[in-house]
Amino acid sequence: MMVLITYDVNVTTAAGKKRLRQVAKQCQNFGQRVQNSVFECLVDPTQFTDLKHRLESIVNPETDSLRYYFLGSSWKRRVEHYGNKEIYDPEGILIIDANP
Amino acid sequence: MRKLLNTLYVTMPNAYLARDGENVLIKIDNEIRFRIPVHNLEGIVCFGFAGASPGLMHLCCERGVTLSFLTEYGKFKGRVTGKVSGNILLRKNQYRWTENEIITLRMATRFISAKIMNSRAVLHRAVRDHPQVVDTTLLTDTMKNLASLAKQLQKVKDLHTLRGVEGQAAYLYFSAFNQLILSQKEDFSMSERNRRPPLDRINCLLSFLYTLLTHEVVAALESIGLDPQAGFLHRDRPGRPSLALDVMEELRPHFADRLAATLINRNQINANGFVVKENGAVIMDEKTRKEVLVAWQKRKQEEIIHPFLEEKVPLGLVPYIQAMLLARHVRGDIEDYPPFFWK
Repeated sequence: MMVLITYDVNVTTAAGKKRLRQVAKQCQNFGQRVQNSVFECLVDPTQFTDLKHRLESIVNPETDSLRYYFLGSSWKRRVEHYGNKEIYDPEGILIIDANP
Repeated sequence: MRKLLNTLYVTMPNAYLARDGENVLIKIDNEIRFRIPVHNLEGIVCFGFAGASPGLMHLCCERGVTLSFLTEYGKFKGRVTGKVSGNILLRKNQYRWTENEIITLRMATRFISAKIMNSRAVLHRAVRDHPQVVDTTLLTDTMKNLASLAKQLQKVKDLHTLRGVEGQAAYLYFSAFNQLILSQKEDFSMSERNRRPPLDRINCLLSFLYTLLTHEVVAALESIGLDPQAGFLHRDRPGRPSLALDVMEELRPHFADRLAATLINRNQINANGFVVKENGAVIMDEKTRKEVLVAWQKRKQEEIIHPFLEEKVPLGLVPYIQAMLLARHVRGDIEDYPPFFWK
Protein backbone atom coordinates (compact mmCIF):
# COMPACT_ATOMS: atom_id res chain seq x y z
CA MET A 1 0.00 0.00 0.00
CA MET A 2 1.04 3.58 -0.50
CA VAL A 3 1.17 5.83 2.55
CA LEU A 4 1.73 9.54 2.33
CA ILE A 5 3.50 10.88 5.39
CA THR A 6 3.76 14.55 6.23
CA TYR A 7 5.22 16.13 9.33
CA ASP A 8 5.82 19.36 11.14
CA VAL A 9 8.68 19.37 13.59
CA ASN A 10 9.33 22.43 15.72
CA VAL A 11 12.88 23.54 14.95
CA THR A 12 13.27 26.48 17.28
CA THR A 13 15.52 24.38 19.52
CA ALA A 14 18.62 22.32 18.75
CA ALA A 15 16.77 19.21 19.93
CA GLY A 16 14.00 20.03 17.45
CA LYS A 17 16.45 20.24 14.57
CA LYS A 18 17.81 16.87 15.56
CA ARG A 19 14.32 15.38 15.64
CA LEU A 20 13.60 16.80 12.18
CA ARG A 21 16.71 15.16 10.77
CA GLN A 22 15.83 11.84 12.39
CA VAL A 23 12.25 11.91 11.15
CA ALA A 24 13.38 12.70 7.63
CA LYS A 25 15.95 9.93 7.75
CA GLN A 26 13.44 7.30 8.86
CA CYS A 27 10.95 8.38 6.20
CA GLN A 28 13.66 8.20 3.59
CA ASN A 29 14.46 4.66 4.67
CA PHE A 30 10.95 3.62 3.72
CA GLY A 31 9.98 5.89 0.88
CA GLN A 32 10.61 8.70 -1.48
CA ARG A 33 10.84 12.38 -0.59
CA VAL A 34 8.34 14.14 -2.86
CA GLN A 35 8.42 17.56 -1.17
CA ASN A 36 10.27 19.06 1.74
CA SER A 37 8.42 17.35 4.56
CA VAL A 38 6.30 15.00 2.49
CA PHE A 39 7.17 11.37 1.78
CA GLU A 40 5.48 8.70 -0.28
CA CYS A 41 6.15 5.26 1.14
CA LEU A 42 5.25 2.02 -0.65
CA VAL A 43 5.13 -0.40 2.26
CA ASP A 44 3.38 -3.51 3.47
CA PRO A 45 1.43 -3.36 6.77
CA THR A 46 4.37 -4.76 8.78
CA GLN A 47 6.76 -2.23 7.34
CA PHE A 48 4.29 0.53 8.03
CA THR A 49 3.88 -0.47 11.67
CA ASP A 50 7.65 -0.51 11.99
CA LEU A 51 8.00 2.95 10.44
CA LYS A 52 5.15 4.38 12.50
CA HIS A 53 6.72 3.10 15.68
CA ARG A 54 10.10 4.54 14.75
CA LEU A 55 8.65 7.95 13.90
CA GLU A 56 6.49 8.18 16.98
CA SER A 57 9.39 7.41 19.26
CA ILE A 58 11.30 10.33 17.75
CA VAL A 59 8.78 13.19 17.67
CA ASN A 60 7.62 15.27 20.60
CA PRO A 61 3.79 15.21 20.53
CA GLU A 62 3.67 18.53 22.40
CA THR A 63 5.34 20.49 19.62
CA ASP A 64 5.42 18.26 16.50
CA SER A 65 2.83 16.52 14.39
CA LEU A 66 2.71 13.60 11.98
CA ARG A 67 -0.02 12.82 9.46
CA TYR A 68 -0.49 9.56 7.56
CA TYR A 69 -2.65 9.40 4.45
CA PHE A 70 -3.47 5.90 3.25
CA LEU A 71 -3.68 5.75 -0.51
CA GLY A 72 -4.09 1.97 -0.75
CA SER A 73 -2.85 -0.20 -3.57
CA SER A 74 -4.53 1.64 -6.44
CA TRP A 75 -2.80 4.84 -5.37
CA LYS A 76 -1.72 5.84 -8.85
CA ARG A 77 -5.10 7.22 -9.83
CA ARG A 78 -5.24 9.21 -6.59
CA VAL A 79 -2.05 11.17 -7.25
CA GLU A 80 -1.36 13.88 -9.78
CA HIS A 81 1.83 15.81 -10.19
CA TYR A 82 2.51 19.24 -11.62
CA GLY A 83 5.73 21.18 -11.84
CA ASN A 84 9.32 20.29 -11.12
CA LYS A 85 10.78 17.63 -8.81
CA GLU A 86 10.35 14.60 -11.01
CA ILE A 87 9.65 11.54 -8.94
CA TYR A 88 9.93 7.87 -9.83
CA ASP A 89 7.24 5.22 -9.67
CA PRO A 90 8.44 2.48 -7.28
CA GLU A 91 6.24 -0.03 -9.10
CA GLY A 92 7.19 1.14 -12.55
CA ILE A 93 10.18 0.38 -14.68
CA LEU A 94 13.46 1.22 -13.01
CA ILE A 95 16.26 1.61 -15.48
CA ILE A 96 19.17 3.90 -14.78
CA ASP A 97 20.88 4.87 -17.99
CA ALA A 98 22.48 7.78 -19.74
CA ASN A 99 19.21 9.44 -20.76
CA PRO A 100 17.23 10.50 -17.70
CA MET B 1 0.74 -14.83 -2.29
CA ARG B 2 4.12 -13.24 -2.62
CA LYS B 3 4.18 -9.67 -3.89
CA LEU B 4 5.99 -8.99 -7.13
CA LEU B 5 8.70 -6.52 -6.24
CA ASN B 6 10.63 -4.40 -8.63
CA THR B 7 13.97 -4.98 -10.29
CA LEU B 8 16.39 -2.12 -10.73
CA TYR B 9 18.45 -2.16 -13.92
CA VAL B 10 21.59 -0.09 -14.15
CA THR B 11 22.95 0.27 -17.65
CA MET B 12 25.44 3.09 -17.12
CA PRO B 13 29.01 1.82 -16.95
CA ASN B 14 30.14 4.74 -14.79
CA ALA B 15 27.42 4.27 -12.19
CA TYR B 16 28.36 3.36 -8.64
CA LEU B 17 25.93 1.71 -6.25
CA ALA B 18 26.11 2.66 -2.60
CA ARG B 19 24.08 2.44 0.57
CA ASP B 20 22.53 5.10 2.76
CA GLY B 21 20.56 3.68 5.65
CA GLU B 22 17.98 1.42 4.04
CA ASN B 23 18.36 3.09 0.67
CA VAL B 24 20.08 1.98 -2.47
CA LEU B 25 21.87 4.94 -4.01
CA ILE B 26 23.10 5.27 -7.53
CA LYS B 27 25.92 7.72 -7.88
CA ILE B 28 27.37 9.12 -11.03
CA ASP B 29 30.59 11.08 -10.66
CA ASN B 30 29.97 11.06 -6.91
CA GLU B 31 26.62 12.73 -7.31
CA ILE B 32 23.46 10.97 -6.20
CA ARG B 33 21.35 10.28 -9.27
CA PHE B 34 18.78 7.98 -7.77
CA ARG B 35 17.72 6.55 -4.43
CA ILE B 36 15.17 3.92 -3.56
CA PRO B 37 14.35 2.03 -0.36
CA VAL B 38 15.67 -1.50 -0.57
CA HIS B 39 12.36 -3.07 0.48
CA ASN B 40 10.81 -2.05 -2.86
CA LEU B 41 13.30 -4.23 -4.73
CA GLU B 42 13.92 -7.90 -5.20
CA GLY B 43 16.84 -7.64 -7.55
CA ILE B 44 19.43 -5.28 -8.95
CA VAL B 45 20.94 -6.04 -12.32
CA CYS B 46 24.02 -4.14 -13.44
CA PHE B 47 25.12 -4.07 -17.05
CA GLY B 48 28.65 -3.08 -17.90
CA PHE B 49 31.03 -2.04 -15.19
CA ALA B 50 28.74 -0.53 -12.56
CA GLY B 51 30.52 -0.83 -9.23
CA ALA B 52 28.99 -1.43 -5.84
CA SER B 53 30.14 -0.65 -2.33
CA PRO B 54 30.58 -3.44 0.22
CA GLY B 55 28.00 -1.64 2.34
CA LEU B 56 25.42 -2.01 -0.39
CA MET B 57 26.34 -5.66 -0.87
CA HIS B 58 25.74 -6.22 2.87
CA LEU B 59 22.34 -4.59 2.59
CA CYS B 60 21.38 -6.71 -0.41
CA CYS B 61 22.50 -9.91 1.32
CA GLU B 62 20.57 -9.08 4.50
CA ARG B 63 17.42 -8.27 2.61
CA GLY B 64 17.59 -11.12 0.14
CA VAL B 65 18.00 -8.83 -2.86
CA THR B 66 19.96 -10.47 -5.66
CA LEU B 67 22.68 -8.26 -7.04
CA SER B 68 23.88 -9.52 -10.42
CA PHE B 69 26.56 -8.29 -12.72
CA LEU B 70 26.25 -8.78 -16.46
CA THR B 71 28.43 -7.59 -19.29
CA GLU B 72 26.98 -4.77 -21.29
CA TYR B 73 25.68 -7.35 -23.76
CA GLY B 74 23.85 -9.26 -21.08
CA LYS B 75 26.28 -12.13 -20.46
CA PHE B 76 26.11 -13.23 -16.86
CA LYS B 77 29.28 -12.53 -14.85
CA GLY B 78 28.43 -12.97 -11.21
CA ARG B 79 26.04 -12.52 -8.39
CA VAL B 80 26.15 -11.43 -4.79
CA THR B 81 23.82 -13.33 -2.50
CA GLY B 82 23.55 -13.87 1.21
CA LYS B 83 23.79 -17.03 3.23
CA VAL B 84 22.67 -20.27 1.69
CA SER B 85 19.10 -20.30 2.81
CA GLY B 86 16.28 -22.72 3.13
CA ASN B 87 15.98 -26.26 4.06
CA ILE B 88 18.99 -28.55 3.97
CA LEU B 89 16.71 -31.58 3.91
CA LEU B 90 15.06 -30.23 0.78
CA ARG B 91 18.41 -29.70 -0.89
CA LYS B 92 19.73 -33.11 0.14
CA ASN B 93 16.68 -34.73 -1.34
CA GLN B 94 17.21 -32.71 -4.48
CA TYR B 95 20.79 -34.04 -4.77
CA ARG B 96 19.62 -37.59 -4.16
CA TRP B 97 17.05 -37.17 -6.90
CA THR B 98 19.54 -35.82 -9.41
CA GLU B 99 21.61 -38.98 -8.86
CA ASN B 100 18.63 -41.24 -9.47
CA GLU B 101 18.20 -42.19 -13.10
CA ILE B 102 14.49 -42.95 -12.95
CA ILE B 103 13.58 -39.71 -11.19
CA THR B 104 15.91 -37.67 -13.38
CA LEU B 105 14.27 -39.03 -16.49
CA ARG B 106 10.79 -38.38 -15.14
CA MET B 107 11.60 -34.78 -14.19
CA ALA B 108 13.39 -34.09 -17.46
CA THR B 109 10.36 -35.43 -19.32
CA ARG B 110 8.10 -32.99 -17.47
CA PHE B 111 10.23 -29.98 -18.39
CA ILE B 112 10.68 -30.95 -22.00
CA SER B 113 7.11 -31.97 -22.69
CA ALA B 114 5.96 -28.60 -21.34
CA LYS B 115 8.56 -26.88 -23.49
CA ILE B 116 7.39 -28.67 -26.63
CA MET B 117 3.73 -28.04 -25.91
CA ASN B 118 4.38 -24.39 -25.12
CA SER B 119 6.36 -23.97 -28.34
CA ARG B 120 3.44 -25.53 -30.14
CA ALA B 121 1.08 -23.10 -28.41
CA VAL B 122 3.18 -20.17 -29.63
CA LEU B 123 2.82 -21.37 -33.23
CA HIS B 124 -0.85 -22.06 -32.66
CA ARG B 125 -1.37 -18.51 -31.50
CA ALA B 126 0.20 -17.21 -34.72
CA VAL B 127 -2.14 -19.33 -36.85
CA ARG B 128 -5.13 -18.21 -34.87
CA ASP B 129 -4.29 -14.49 -34.85
CA HIS B 130 -2.91 -14.05 -38.36
CA PRO B 131 -4.30 -16.82 -40.58
CA GLN B 132 -3.97 -14.65 -43.71
CA VAL B 133 -0.34 -13.68 -43.29
CA VAL B 134 1.40 -16.79 -42.04
CA ASP B 135 2.11 -20.02 -43.88
CA THR B 136 -0.69 -21.97 -42.25
CA THR B 137 0.23 -25.28 -43.84
CA LEU B 138 3.81 -25.12 -42.61
CA LEU B 139 2.76 -24.12 -39.13
CA THR B 140 0.03 -26.73 -38.87
CA ASP B 141 2.46 -29.41 -40.00
CA THR B 142 5.05 -28.26 -37.49
CA MET B 143 2.43 -28.23 -34.77
CA LYS B 144 1.41 -31.77 -35.65
CA ASN B 145 5.01 -32.92 -35.56
CA LEU B 146 5.64 -31.20 -32.25
CA ALA B 147 2.58 -32.83 -30.75
CA SER B 148 3.71 -36.25 -31.90
CA LEU B 149 7.21 -35.62 -30.49
CA ALA B 150 5.60 -34.70 -27.19
CA LYS B 151 3.74 -37.99 -27.31
CA GLN B 152 6.95 -39.89 -28.05
CA LEU B 153 8.46 -38.41 -24.91
CA GLN B 154 6.18 -40.50 -22.74
CA LYS B 155 7.85 -43.68 -24.04
CA VAL B 156 11.44 -42.45 -23.83
CA LYS B 157 13.57 -44.75 -21.69
CA ASP B 158 16.77 -42.75 -21.21
CA LEU B 159 18.06 -39.19 -21.12
CA HIS B 160 20.06 -39.64 -24.29
CA THR B 161 16.96 -40.36 -26.37
CA LEU B 162 15.11 -37.58 -24.57
CA ARG B 163 17.75 -35.07 -25.62
CA GLY B 164 17.41 -36.34 -29.17
CA VAL B 165 13.68 -35.70 -29.15
CA GLU B 166 14.22 -32.28 -27.62
CA GLY B 167 16.77 -31.42 -30.30
CA GLN B 168 14.37 -32.47 -33.03
CA ALA B 169 11.58 -30.41 -31.50
CA ALA B 170 13.81 -27.36 -31.15
CA TYR B 171 14.92 -27.71 -34.74
CA LEU B 172 11.35 -27.95 -36.01
CA TYR B 173 10.21 -25.05 -33.89
CA PHE B 174 13.00 -22.69 -34.83
CA SER B 175 12.65 -23.57 -38.52
CA ALA B 176 9.09 -22.29 -38.28
CA PHE B 177 9.99 -19.34 -36.08
CA ASN B 178 10.36 -16.93 -39.01
CA GLN B 179 6.63 -17.26 -39.55
CA LEU B 180 6.05 -15.39 -36.31
CA ILE B 181 7.79 -12.34 -37.70
CA LEU B 182 5.16 -10.30 -39.48
CA SER B 183 6.97 -7.04 -40.12
CA GLN B 184 10.60 -6.11 -40.86
CA LYS B 185 10.99 -9.56 -42.37
CA GLU B 186 14.15 -8.74 -44.38
CA ASP B 187 16.02 -7.53 -41.32
CA PHE B 188 14.82 -10.12 -38.89
CA SER B 189 15.08 -13.71 -39.99
CA MET B 190 16.78 -16.70 -38.51
CA SER B 191 17.95 -19.89 -40.17
CA GLU B 192 18.74 -21.77 -36.99
CA ARG B 193 19.33 -21.13 -33.33
CA ASN B 194 22.92 -20.09 -32.74
CA ARG B 195 24.76 -18.44 -29.88
CA ARG B 196 28.19 -17.55 -28.55
CA PRO B 197 28.11 -15.47 -30.61
CA PRO B 198 24.60 -15.03 -32.02
CA LEU B 199 24.88 -14.64 -35.79
CA ASP B 200 21.67 -12.80 -36.57
CA ARG B 201 19.44 -10.26 -34.90
CA ILE B 202 16.79 -12.70 -33.72
CA ASN B 203 19.37 -14.95 -32.12
CA CYS B 204 20.92 -11.94 -30.45
CA LEU B 205 17.56 -10.88 -29.08
CA LEU B 206 16.68 -14.39 -27.91
CA SER B 207 20.02 -14.82 -26.15
CA PHE B 208 19.52 -11.57 -24.28
CA LEU B 209 15.99 -12.50 -23.21
CA TYR B 210 17.13 -15.96 -22.10
CA THR B 211 19.78 -14.30 -19.92
CA LEU B 212 17.13 -12.15 -18.27
CA LEU B 213 14.98 -15.21 -17.72
CA THR B 214 17.90 -17.14 -16.21
CA HIS B 215 18.38 -14.33 -13.71
CA GLU B 216 14.75 -14.60 -12.64
CA VAL B 217 14.69 -18.38 -12.39
CA VAL B 218 17.95 -18.60 -10.44
CA ALA B 219 16.67 -16.02 -7.97
CA ALA B 220 13.36 -17.88 -7.66
CA LEU B 221 15.00 -21.25 -7.00
CA GLU B 222 17.40 -19.79 -4.48
CA SER B 223 14.69 -17.95 -2.60
CA ILE B 224 12.75 -21.18 -2.22
CA GLY B 225 15.84 -23.06 -1.01
CA LEU B 226 16.59 -25.26 -4.00
CA ASP B 227 20.10 -25.43 -5.41
CA PRO B 228 19.97 -23.86 -8.88
CA GLN B 229 23.10 -25.77 -9.93
CA ALA B 230 21.84 -29.32 -9.41
CA GLY B 231 19.69 -30.11 -12.40
CA PHE B 232 17.96 -33.10 -13.91
CA LEU B 233 18.14 -32.68 -17.65
CA HIS B 234 21.15 -30.38 -17.65
CA ARG B 235 24.05 -32.17 -16.04
CA ASP B 236 26.46 -30.74 -13.50
CA ARG B 237 29.05 -28.38 -14.83
CA PRO B 238 30.93 -25.86 -12.67
CA GLY B 239 29.16 -22.53 -12.63
CA ARG B 240 26.19 -23.68 -14.67
CA PRO B 241 22.76 -23.14 -13.09
CA SER B 242 21.51 -26.50 -14.39
CA LEU B 243 18.26 -26.66 -12.44
CA ALA B 244 17.45 -23.10 -13.50
CA LEU B 245 18.04 -24.10 -17.11
CA ASP B 246 15.72 -27.08 -16.60
CA VAL B 247 12.90 -24.96 -15.22
CA MET B 248 13.50 -22.36 -17.91
CA GLU B 249 12.75 -24.82 -20.69
CA GLU B 250 9.03 -24.65 -20.07
CA LEU B 251 9.07 -20.86 -19.72
CA ARG B 252 11.18 -19.95 -22.76
CA PRO B 253 8.48 -19.99 -25.45
CA HIS B 254 6.08 -17.72 -23.62
CA PHE B 255 8.49 -15.46 -21.74
CA ALA B 256 11.17 -14.94 -24.35
CA ASP B 257 10.24 -16.21 -27.82
CA ARG B 258 6.88 -14.50 -27.97
CA LEU B 259 8.27 -11.30 -26.54
CA ALA B 260 11.00 -11.26 -29.17
CA ALA B 261 8.42 -11.63 -31.95
CA THR B 262 6.19 -8.95 -30.41
CA LEU B 263 9.05 -6.45 -30.18
CA ILE B 264 9.85 -6.92 -33.85
CA ASN B 265 6.24 -6.98 -35.05
CA ARG B 266 5.37 -3.79 -33.22
CA ASN B 267 8.48 -2.11 -34.63
CA GLN B 268 9.63 -1.39 -31.10
CA ILE B 269 13.09 -2.40 -32.19
CA ASN B 270 14.60 -2.21 -35.64
CA ALA B 271 17.60 -3.33 -37.63
CA ASN B 272 19.63 -0.18 -36.92
CA GLY B 273 19.68 -1.07 -33.24
CA PHE B 274 22.06 -3.95 -33.92
CA VAL B 275 25.72 -3.92 -34.82
CA VAL B 276 27.38 -6.67 -36.82
CA LYS B 277 30.98 -7.30 -35.80
CA GLU B 278 33.81 -8.48 -38.11
CA ASN B 279 33.45 -12.08 -36.94
CA GLY B 280 29.74 -12.12 -37.79
CA ALA B 281 28.61 -11.71 -34.19
CA VAL B 282 25.55 -9.51 -33.78
CA ILE B 283 25.17 -7.27 -30.75
CA MET B 284 22.53 -4.83 -29.57
CA ASP B 285 23.10 -1.15 -29.02
CA GLU B 286 22.21 0.60 -25.79
CA LYS B 287 18.90 2.02 -26.97
CA THR B 288 17.61 -1.33 -28.16
CA ARG B 289 18.71 -2.97 -24.93
CA LYS B 290 16.72 -0.44 -22.97
CA GLU B 291 13.68 -1.00 -25.17
CA VAL B 292 13.92 -4.73 -24.49
CA LEU B 293 14.30 -4.22 -20.75
CA VAL B 294 11.26 -1.95 -20.63
CA ALA B 295 9.20 -4.50 -22.55
CA TRP B 296 10.48 -7.28 -20.28
CA GLN B 297 9.47 -5.43 -17.13
CA LYS B 298 6.06 -4.66 -18.59
CA ARG B 299 5.53 -8.24 -19.63
CA LYS B 300 6.28 -9.36 -16.07
CA GLN B 301 3.41 -7.24 -14.77
CA GLU B 302 0.86 -8.77 -17.13
CA GLU B 303 -1.60 -10.96 -15.32
CA ILE B 304 -2.46 -14.50 -16.25
CA ILE B 305 -4.40 -17.30 -14.66
CA HIS B 306 -1.85 -19.84 -13.49
CA PRO B 307 -2.90 -23.13 -15.10
CA PHE B 308 -2.22 -25.23 -12.01
CA LEU B 309 -3.10 -22.89 -9.15
CA GLU B 310 -6.03 -21.41 -11.10
CA GLU B 311 -5.22 -18.10 -9.51
CA LYS B 312 -4.61 -14.73 -11.11
CA VAL B 313 -0.92 -13.88 -10.88
CA PRO B 314 1.48 -11.48 -12.57
CA LEU B 315 3.63 -13.29 -15.11
CA GLY B 316 6.74 -12.22 -13.19
CA LEU B 317 5.75 -14.49 -10.32
CA VAL B 318 5.51 -17.61 -12.47
CA PRO B 319 9.18 -18.56 -11.95
CA TYR B 320 8.59 -18.33 -8.19
CA ILE B 321 5.45 -20.41 -8.41
CA GLN B 322 7.18 -23.09 -10.45
CA ALA B 323 10.08 -23.10 -7.98
CA MET B 324 7.61 -23.47 -5.13
CA LEU B 325 5.77 -26.34 -6.84
CA LEU B 326 9.07 -28.03 -7.60
CA ALA B 327 10.17 -27.72 -3.98
CA ARG B 328 6.89 -29.17 -2.80
CA HIS B 329 7.33 -32.13 -5.08
CA VAL B 330 10.92 -32.70 -3.94
CA ARG B 331 9.73 -32.54 -0.33
CA GLY B 332 7.01 -35.05 -1.13
CA ASP B 333 4.04 -32.74 -0.50
CA ILE B 334 2.69 -33.19 -4.01
CA GLU B 335 2.86 -36.33 -6.06
CA ASP B 336 4.25 -34.89 -9.27
CA TYR B 337 5.66 -31.65 -10.59
CA PRO B 338 3.12 -29.70 -12.63
CA PRO B 339 5.07 -27.78 -15.28
CA PHE B 340 3.79 -24.49 -16.64
CA PHE B 341 1.53 -25.10 -19.63
CA TRP B 342 0.64 -21.92 -21.40
CA LYS B 343 -2.82 -21.86 -22.92
